[in-house]
Amino acid sequence: MKFTLSWLKRHLDTTAGIEEISRRLTMLGLEVESLEDPASRLGGFLTGHVLEAGKHPNADRLHLCKVSIGREVLQVVCGAPNARAGLKVVVATPGVVIPATGEALKKGNVRGVESQAMMCSWRELMLGEDHSGIIELPADTPVGEPLTKVMSFDPVIDVAITPNRADCLGVRGIARDLAAAGVGKLKPLPVEPVKGVEPSPVGVSLSLPPDGASACPLFVGRTIRGVRNGESPVWLKSWLTSVGLRPISALVDITNYFTLDLDRPLHVFDVAKLKGDLEVRFARPGESLAALNGKTYALDDGMTVIADSAGPLALGGVMGGEPSGVTPQTTDVFLEVALFDPMRTAATGRRLAIESDARYRFERGIDPAFVMDGMELATRMILELCGGEASQPVITGDRPSDGRSISFRPHRVEQLGGVPVDESRMLSVLESLGCKVARTGDSYAVLPPSWRADLTGEHDLVEEIIRIVGYDSIPVVSMPRPGVVRPVLTAGQRQAGWVRRGLAAQGLVETVTWSFQPGAVAEMFGGGRADLRLANPIASDLDSLRPSVLPNLILAAGRNADRGLKDVALFEVGPQFHGDQPGEQRLVAGGVRAGRAVGRHWAQPVRPVDLFDAKADALAAIAAAGGPADGVQVVAEAPAWYHPGRSGSLRLGQKVLAVFGEMHPKVLARLDIKGPVVGFELYLDALPQPKVRATRAKPLLKVSPFQAIERDFAFIVDHDVSAEAVMRAAKGADKALISDVLLFDHYEGPHVGEGKKSLAIQVTLQPTERTPTDAEIEAVAAKVVAAVGKVTGGVLRG
Amino acid sequence: MADLEEILKDVEPLVAQSLQAVSNAAGLDELDRIRVAALGKKGSISALMAQLGSVPADLRKEAGARLNTAKVAVSEAIEARKTALEEARLDERLARERVDVTLPARAADIGRIHPVSQTIDEVVAIFGQMGFAVAEGPDIEDDFHNFTALNFPPEHPARMMHDTFFLPEKADGTRHLLRTHTSPVQVRTMLKQKPPIRVIIPGRTYRCDSDMTHTPMFHQVEGLVIDKTTHMGHLKGCLIEFVKTYFEVDDVPVRFRPSFFPFTEPSAEVDIGCSRAGGELKIGAGADWLEILGCGMVHPNVLRNCGIDPDEYQGFAFGMGLERIAMLKYGIPDLRTFFDSDLRWLKHYGFVPLDVPTLSGGLTR
Repeated sequence: MKFTLSWLKRHLDTTAGIEEISRRLTMLGLEVESLEDPASRLGGFLTGHVLEAGKHPNADRLHLCKVSIGREVLQVVCGAPNARAGLKVVVATPGVVIPATGEALKKGNVRGVESQAMMCSWRELMLGEDHSGIIELPADTPVGEPLTKVMSFDPVIDVAITPNRADCLGVRGIARDLAAAGVGKLKPLPVEPVKGVEPSPVGVSLSLPPDGASACPLFVGRTIRGVRNGESPVWLKSWLTSVGLRPISALVDITNYFTLDLDRPLHVFDVAKLKGDLEVRFARPGESLAALNGKTYALDDGMTVIADSAGPLALGGVMGGEPSGVTPQTTDVFLEVALFDPMRTAATGRRLAIESDARYRFERGIDPAFVMDGMELATRMILELCGGEASQPVITGDRPSDGRSISFRPHRVEQLGGVPVDESRMLSVLESLGCKVARTGDSYAVLPPSWRADLTGEHDLVEEIIRIVGYDSIPVVSMPRPGVVRPVLTAGQRQAGWVRRGLAAQGLVETVTWSFQPGAVAEMFGGGRADLRLANPIASDLDSLRPSVLPNLILAAGRNADRGLKDVALFEVGPQFHGDQPGEQRLVAGGVRAGRAVGRHWAQPVRPVDLFDAKADALAAIAAAGGPADGVQVVAEAPAWYHPGRSGSLRLGQKVLAVFGEMHPKVLARLDIKGPVVGFELYLDALPQPKVRATRAKPLLKVSPFQAIERDFAFIVDHDVSAEAVMRAAKGADKALISDVLLFDHYEGPHVGEGKKSLAIQVTLQPTERTPTDAEIEAVAAKVVAAVGKVTGGVLRG
Repeated sequence: MADLEEILKDVEPLVAQSLQAVSNAAGLDELDRIRVAALGKKGSISALMAQLGSVPADLRKEAGARLNTAKVAVSEAIEARKTALEEARLDERLARERVDVTLPARAADIGRIHPVSQTIDEVVAIFGQMGFAVAEGPDIEDDFHNFTALNFPPEHPARMMHDTFFLPEKADGTRHLLRTHTSPVQVRTMLKQKPPIRVIIPGRTYRCDSDMTHTPMFHQVEGLVIDKTTHMGHLKGCLIEFVKTYFEVDDVPVRFRPSFFPFTEPSAEVDIGCSRAGGELKIGAGADWLEILGCGMVHPNVLRNCGIDPDEYQGFAFGMGLERIAMLKYGIPDLRTFFDSDLRWLKHYGFVPLDVPTLSGGLTR
């Protein structure tokens, strides 16, 4: 919402300067987005007096002038047709920055003649569009003075209006708020009805179905005959120009002015172009409107139109039509001042994608009590600027009833706002905002003004009072602290944090990727369901909620490889989605590694990533979360996006904690990523929660005084026997004595024969009561061989 | 019977000869041969010792002593020489084992924590100390939790301020959406838990918007306090304390100015002071203001929608963009880069895992 300082002062009697007003507006909740003061860029310009204006010796069109700037007389070459002796002008001397170009003026030489200064046009000073000649200042302008001293400039203020403050979409509403806050006084706006000379020759009827009557509850207007639709006066054109509107003709400018000034959109029809009376109705199928913006819109049912017998003339509350619009030739007009329903106006505007000042205001709600007065004020302005004779008004429909009064308890201001305010101050604030206040026992009945539809409850009044008193006056109070600081994170939140830092410590870099991914990619990872595809994706490749974190990470690895970073280790902790109901999502820690696990190094060979890197990452994450990393079973089963022979899952009983492995080559090929890429997915919600214990004490450390004994075994087993089966069997051979089993060699090849492999394990015996005898150790060794043999069919390697 | 002199006449030359050999010995092997030659079972000195038996008893003691002295002299010389040779050999080995210590060590890669996660941890540390718990909720939401319960009237322009991502419409005409803010978790918390309530809600949020300063997904953290006495003074106290602690600037000016949100009343936006002198943004006292968050007293309609009596309970809510406060604190220029997964960016702006933010140790290293 843009306006100028002088425009504001038409409604506000104040001595406050622009800086003060700007600061107060922001602190009233009318946030100043920009403040443009032309005076700030016109500091160097001086007033001058053209003493002589002769012809340039070498150019017919140029003048050679002698211009006084008080302290000296300068020689100036000037091309403006209006340059003549005696003129008072605006002079820029070398070094002064010309606003229009942003460059400093240099001493010039024009066709062999030195030019020591420049006389400026309105456009060069960015004070207007006029570039037909140089500025002609009034004849009594003193010479050699700074321009900013002899001319007043009108700063332009742009205020952001929040959706609740529809009343501030007019300059008067803003002035009212400032006055309430004590920044001057609101000037009265007297309304004197115009006596009509005749009944309006144009009639109006509301033809809305009973259930659609709210679309236009009230429509008033009148005919004005014999107008002259010329140019607007300078003040009006300059205000409109300042706020970014192009002056068109007096009648159009008046409608724009009323919209911006009093938040009262109007419309004028050219009576000569109307066929019969006006009718407000819903559009009929097949109807269209050539609107004032030059576009033609197909209308449909539910859109409110103003029509004559030939069809729609205007979209109520949104935009007028071109054919019935006023032109410089217009002599008789019909002035429309109506109320249109916010919801329908918004819906129509949105459906037709029409943004207009009228729509913006009607959809936020305009003052329902300011229809007749608005019409009378507009009539006066038309008569004043365009002449003519007004008819008697036409009034169709009724003014919507008053709002309900609000019960207000003064103690609520301090209770909610924390700031003590005198009751008398509260009442004066409410009254200055236009409320009618009446005491009812301990509380008050407050009737909000018609223009403040946003005030519906007591809390709204509390806000108004605190807002006007000022948020700065609210004391700063510390939050009462809990006596003892307790952990605020749930077990699951702490686990997620541990996993995150554990994975980073493991060498993976955390990233955050979109919750969406391309549908075709989601399909490869078990997703892509129709009900998880966005109805309005921002881009076609961000259309599906992700069923897995991995694809985004794999694609990210590819992007990094494209940038030359081929060794990638990335992880993300975030949601994956398996249904469209709230909560059908799981928190997952996913990670990928691509390229090399060990890069080029003089001391060790290069090693590409393999699935055991991913397995290590998954186990590290489980361990970081306090999970049973040692106790998980590894099962050679994983989802389809993994290499079927190089992937597995980590389980606790039937519960899958994580899956890991090399990515399926087909998946990589379809993602256009060079392998190998390995990854894992850890389901954080599957991790066992730490037990709630009565004390924080750790279990007592039991250290055996007897030395541990290590024995190595090498077994030949069938190729398909898993290492885990061998280790598990060995470990279970003597639960009392065997404390650990470690697999240190894995061999397949000619020495063990086709279909076989050799697995070598180190078994640690930890006696707790006495040192075992050789015979006892041999007995345990025999149990290990027997157990492995029984479970896996493995035999000791000879 | 051997003559004593006869026996001993060879001792002196033998000792002299052995000592000479020992001092000439170039290596341990040679030294050992010398030892064997002199002191071994068949060694020259041992041979003389062997003859002691034939020496008359009265002379045997002296002869023995003389021979023993000779033996000790030789064996001490051998030991000394051995030590010297071993020292030399170790020195030689050490010299041989010298390597170029400037060769690169085996590097262990250390990962990073994303700035969003780090910022969440910082925010949690600050509010946790004020007694706020962390609440979470679903990314997919329904209209009730995201809008209606939060006092967004249907078709109201405020609803349009949120560019909402929708899931496909269901047979019954309803459609779920991606939450446009973390506020639905406030609603879920209030519906589930009786006051007093103090929670913060960090999480992913979604808006159908993408340009220089908007991404379709971003993170917010919101806070909610509901009890019987919390008022706007507490709101100011809580947020001013947050701002100073988070930005680690004691004298940062904080400004509350009236604003509008459907779910709070009174509402405010909060600006912090900053300076842009020299093209560098500095948080703290300065000529400019930066908007960082929105807040207000929870609207009575919201309380009512969540089954809480607004005549008995009241409180405040606030919300801010996590990326925004991370960008301001850490000087990260571009929002979009947060979601690029560019390793160069992640390693530069990310945090090492040991940098766990705490209030006692400081939020930032």
